[in-house]
Amino acid sequence: MDNILVSMEGIDKSFPGVKALDQCRFELRAGEVHALVGENGAGKSTLMKVLSGIYAKDAGRILFKGKEVDVPSPRAAQDLGISIIHQELNLMPHLTLAQNIFIGREPRRSMNLFLDEATLNKQTAELFATMHLKLDPQTRVSNLTIAKQQMVEIAKALSYSSEVLIMDEPTAALTETEIEDLFEFIRDLRAKGVGIIYISHRLEELKQISDRVTVMRDGHYIDTVQTAEVATDKIISMMVGRTIFEAKPELPEDPSNDLVLEVKNLNRGKVLQDVSFTLKKGEILGFAGLMGAGRTEVARAVFGADPIDSGEIYVMGKAAHIRSPQQAVWNGIGYLSEDRKRYGLALGMEVKENVAMAAMGKFLGFLGWINKSLVRATAKHHIDELGIKTPNAEQKVKNLSGGNQQKVVIGKWLTADTDILIFDEPTRGIDVGAKSEIYRLLNDLAKQGKSIIMISSELPEILRMSHRIVVMCEGRITGEFPIEEATQEKIMTLATARKAIVNDNSPAASAVAA
Amino acid sequence: MEFKNQFKTLFNSNASQKILAFAGLIVMFVVFSLASPNFFQFSNIVGILLATAVNGVLALGVTFVIITAGIDLSVGTVMTLSAVMTGVFITNLGLPIPVGILGGLLTGGFAGWLNGTVISKMRVPPFVTTLGMLYVAKGLALVISGLKPIYFSDTPAFGQIAMGDIAGIPYAVLIFFGAAIVAHIILNKTILGRYTFALGSNEEATRLSGVNTDKWKTAVYALAGLYSGLAGVLIAARLNSAQPALGAGYELDAIAAVVIGGTSLSGGEGTILGTVIGAFIISVLTNGLRILSVPQEWQIVVTGGILILAVYADMLRRRQS
Repeated sequence: MDNILVSMEGIDKSFPGVKALDQCRFELRAGEVHALVGENGAGKSTLMKVLSGIYAKDAGRILFKGKEVDVPSPRAAQDLGISIIHQELNLMPHLTLAQNIFIGREPRRSMNLFLDEATLNKQTAELFATMHLKLDPQTRVSNLTIAKQQMVEIAKALSYSSEVLIMDEPTAALTETEIEDLFEFIRDLRAKGVGIIYISHRLEELKQISDRVTVMRDGHYIDTVQTAEVATDKIISMMVGRTIFEAKPELPEDPSNDLVLEVKNLNRGKVLQDVSFTLKKGEILGFAGLMGAGRTEVARAVFGADPIDSGEIYVMGKAAHIRSPQQAVWNGIGYLSEDRKRYGLALGMEVKENVAMAAMGKFLGFLGWINKSLVRATAKHHIDELGIKTPNAEQKVKNLSGGNQQKVVIGKWLTADTDILIFDEPTRGIDVGAKSEIYRLLNDLAKQGKSIIMISSELPEILRMSHRIVVMCEGRITGEFPIEEATQEKIMTLATARKAIVNDNSPAASAVAA
Repeated sequence: MEFKNQFKTLFNSNASQKILAFAGLIVMFVVFSLASPNFFQFSNIVGILLATAVNGVLALGVTFVIITAGIDLSVGTVMTLSAVMTGVFITNLGLPIPVGILGGLLTGGFAGWLNGTVISKMRVPPFVTTLGMLYVAKGLALVISGLKPIYFSDTPAFGQIAMGDIAGIPYAVLIFFGAAIVAHIILNKTILGRYTFALGSNEEATRLSGVNTDKWKTAVYALAGLYSGLAGVLIAARLNSAQPALGAGYELDAIAAVVIGGTSLSGGEGTILGTVIGAFIISVLTNGLRILSVPQEWQIVVTGGILILAVYADMLRRRQS
């Protein structure tokens, strides 16, 4: 056969109560980029964890270059030449790049006990040179951007002379230019005969980078197709098992003119510089910009999570003194973090407990007892209203899919009944089907009179959802315009408008303040 | 607020906790020397060094454990148990001194290995495992000794291990310094040291890189146990007896020394030099306050305050960077 590297057949895998994989198969050729897609919970990651030795399969065969192999551990997979780059990067932040890359197989000196740091650093430098990476092997990982850390992970995988490279959502945290660099790099690897398995939710990327696509749904193998021969819509309908409206943006209705939130001259070190903006009732205000532009920092400052050096915040026309998230909630501001697992949810607790979390006071009865039936009733109401897919209100949140977890966070803030909601990357890591549901929810909330700030790095999302768009770059607001005037090009220009440029065209900067 | 800002500017930038702690130590030396002529005397300095030796050796082992983001509460009573076993081997069984010492070391090492095995194989949290071991070792020390101290009256050479001296510096102090150098080398030059940091930085990533994390974690606790064993031999030699009731509270002094020395309780960061300085800060403080006739109970209060202040300074530094 034409260079088949890996072939998986009849793979079964069950976890307590769930059949995660049911008779799944997959095939990878040398020198191809093979995309693996499906909604969250479809089994993509599980299948790849079986291939990379993290999970043991219950049934089925794995053939590597035509021979049946057993992959009992990550180490065994690496020895075969199969490496996985996880969505959540797996590096040791306190160690240097070189130490990270050679972890577990450090070059040694006498007695096999002492480390040979010189060789370690030299080999890493050589490795970086072959990859055309300009990084110092002795830098600590914690000093690198996410994109660079990802390159280090790839370098680590290549240092095992991997022939199979599995990448789980590699572009989730990257900017457009970083994604271009990554794709360039992937194409290089492909040309060298490496087989790459590419898991992604961003379907628009598949056309750019993949040769074939395999679709999975609910733990089943659906089909494998040539990317070039199939339309994206077709892939989506294979993923969700139904046809969903994707193309047409729902233009939100015009908001009223009541100012709900007014932020004036927010400053915090170099992170925030004279940030001013307004938010109207029933409006969705999109915050666009590259990673690290300071959008999350604005949200955290308005929410009282980070201290500010100076600046004023007016809620409903009145000066608000917000120095802590608690005071923000009192002022009717809710914040839905981009990292919902860390900052938005108590994963080990039940859905109903999470829903009640931000407004516990509402559920307290006589002597501070928690009114459990009221908690349950409220949770049930939100489960129905938001369409949260969970067996019951007592399910632990960690057992839900990403989209449903996000809905639980939304339910939490609806319970708190805050009028202003700040959504930070509301659809990060959420699959296509759930995405459009989240969009619908945001529109409904705005119609009900909630005011929404939506931070997003995905331009189509910003353009589709917002009434008005604010663009940030390097801690400053570099532009603002209504949706009718917005284009991708315009936003990108402003998102990359570095300080020097703005100083040259000072009218642009003053226009923002006006 | 004003105070906090001043504190911030005083301690921010690249000044690491180690330098901070070292500066603190120097300041203490200067203050106590000015306050009392008795402080900066050769005999008093030797006294401080000697008082640091046992706690310092314990703290060396604890440093490794804390860098892995673990904790070891058992080092104090494991030290006692090791001292008692040394007494049993040398006095009760009449074995040669080197065999007794080896027995003491291995007792500590075994207890540490057991800690590590329970933590990595049975997945019992380090806090609980070593708290359990604290009681087990404490109880065994009492059982084995029959509640009575074991004296080394027939083997005067044993006491020399701690109290013999070179140019007035007791062996116990030299052994402490030697042990610290060995610990520094292990932490920075060997595979065990590398995995100690890796475990504390991101254990799951380390495991997924194909490192046998269970094995190395066990090794770290065993090493802490070995250092407890060494401390047991030292304290037995210094007191010329194995005191079965001694040892409670030593684990806390050791942890305090490690933390003052800038090792992060959340793992991934720490140095042996920092721990050594931390151990000295505690004994200089105790010694100096005693010379200034501060009552012992107040010395303890001040030590607690210093501990919190040291960690607060470290937090400020981290937030800055």
